Amino acid sequence: MVYPELPHDVNSPTHPVSAMDYMPVEPLRALQLHRLQWTVKYAYERVPLFRKRCEERGVRPEHIKTLADIKLLPFSKKTDLRDEYPMGLRGAPMDEIVRFHCSSGTTGKPICIPNTMQDIEVWKNGAMRCLTMYGIRAGDVIQVAYGYGLFTGGLGLHYGGEGLGCAVLPISGGNTERQIMLMRDLGVTAIAATPSYFLRIMDEAKKQGVDFRRDTKLRHGIFGAEPWTDEMRETIERETGIIAHDIYGLTEISGPGVAGACPHRTGLHIWEDHFYPEIIDPDTLEPLPDGEIGELVFTTISRCGTPMIRYRTRDLTRLHTEKCPCGRTMRVMDRISARSDDMLIIHGVNVFPGQIEAGLLRVPEVAPHYQIVLESTDTLDRFEIKVEVTDAAFSDDIRHMENLRKRVLDAVKSIIGLTPKISLVEPNTLPRSEGKIKRVIDNRKK
Amino acid sequence: MTINQISVFLENRPGQLANICRTLANADISIVTLSLADTAEFGIVRMIVSDHDKAKEVLKKAGHVANMREVVAVTVPDRPGGMAEILDVLDAAKVDIEYSYAFAFHHGEKAVLVFHFDDNEKACAALAAAGHPVLDYKSVLEEAK
Repeated sequence: MVYPELPHDVNSPTHPVSAMDYMPVEPLRALQLHRLQWTVKYAYERVPLFRKRCEERGVRPEHIKTLADIKLLPFSKKTDLRDEYPMGLRGAPMDEIVRFHCSSGTTGKPICIPNTMQDIEVWKNGAMRCLTMYGIRAGDVIQVAYGYGLFTGGLGLHYGGEGLGCAVLPISGGNTERQIMLMRDLGVTAIAATPSYFLRIMDEAKKQGVDFRRDTKLRHGIFGAEPWTDEMRETIERETGIIAHDIYGLTEISGPGVAGACPHRTGLHIWEDHFYPEIIDPDTLEPLPDGEIGELVFTTISRCGTPMIRYRTRDLTRLHTEKCPCGRTMRVMDRISARSDDMLIIHGVNVFPGQIEAGLLRVPEVAPHYQIVLESTDTLDRFEIKVEVTDAAFSDDIRHMENLRKRVLDAVKSIIGLTPKISLVEPNTLPRSEGKIKRVIDNRKK
Repeated sequence: MTINQISVFLENRPGQLANICRTLANADISIVTLSLADTAEFGIVRMIVSDHDKAKEVLKKAGHVANMREVVAVTVPDRPGGMAEILDVLDAAKVDIEYSYAFAFHHGEKAVLVFHFDDNEKACAALAAAGHPVLDYKSVLEEAK
């Protein structure tokens, strides 16, 4: 679906920020090869772990003669960043490093990414290309409600917005009442947040009697940093009247602005002149052809601070084989609605939380707030999905409510093939997030 | 003639009904009568209260899902066959009862049946024609005193 009322210059190869998006494929591949060869040599000479692994495989930088030769190179993983904490994977000398970003990770030891000025510029450029593609221009007011600080979300959109000459409101996450006040008072036209935090903002607006269409100038939402679904996007757009754009990025590779969705919504264009994508089979580690679903792997081909080669993102997606009608040559991937880390095995079946979300939100009366609870019992594990009831969905007729529960169950069941217990709960009782949300409570004995 | 009833969603969690009653008590609203409909997973409490607008407002403010429904209250002669007479009238008028509950006024003698029909207007007309008094909100409150 193409969204309406596009500024006429959104899809323009002549736009100074977007020009690279339309680079013809052949020179693009040549550029990628050139940059890949440069990166491999650079990392081989400077990053001991990479050199060691190449030597183990008998690979030398000069063996990379085509883009397909990338498969000769060793993979890298998040555990490498942990093991080499703080700066074992640093490529550039310390006097070229201008900024660190860290991610706490859920398992204790953080990872640390040193960036050079060039890395920051590339990252900023990626964010600017995304914003431009969304139709955001100088004159727009961007409320950056991603966290600022060690997390890349806030600063990424901040520099991207300023780079385009937009007015940026660096509010960060939290203090939801003030988010709405400033959104109205400053005439904010675009907000960047995790989808789950934006849902929280929507709740607060409702509580205050604020109607986005009537009381704000908000037109764009820039959503990423956690998996979400088409159904969630439709819910957000229906409730608020904004256009919900996808942005993708990760600290290990740069930050938000590695990829973004164009108005044709075919998926997300990857800025592959800087971030070279591959899809691999997560079990055999063999590269998969475009079109097949597997684990997304990135190689940074213009990064100095922390060059990452064949970094396994754990995100599951596919690269499209069709050309996008917008004319951009940068390859398109599906929105990330699943991470291999998030996969649940319930009653022996593989289930992704995104599948459950997609099912739930096909029932429009249900609020977009849910929680998945798993517990061990003596027999089959208990599998419960809690869903909030909305005012609009409530009827004092018990058959109507039972029917609602059944429709939710059927919608979920049709996707995952399992029969969870659906519990209707009161509004505003399930946890809300100010950043990345945790929707799965898995209390099963391991 | 219908009266307003407040219906509230009851999550299956201990203390939920008490929370609702306390919310109403704190707003100085008294419950004339209530009825509970439940399933294994959730319940619905239906109430006639001394101030329904205020009740709806305070319940919503306290985070409950509540709505207002128009129901029909009819007095029933408190003797064997009293209820059957009423039901015969409704049967003859071909109206469907979606749900119903009963309560007695303090002084005995009369009981009140509360109904939600598929067609409240038609049911009221049939009851009135058969000589069964349909109560208005004011008289329910009066009688309940």
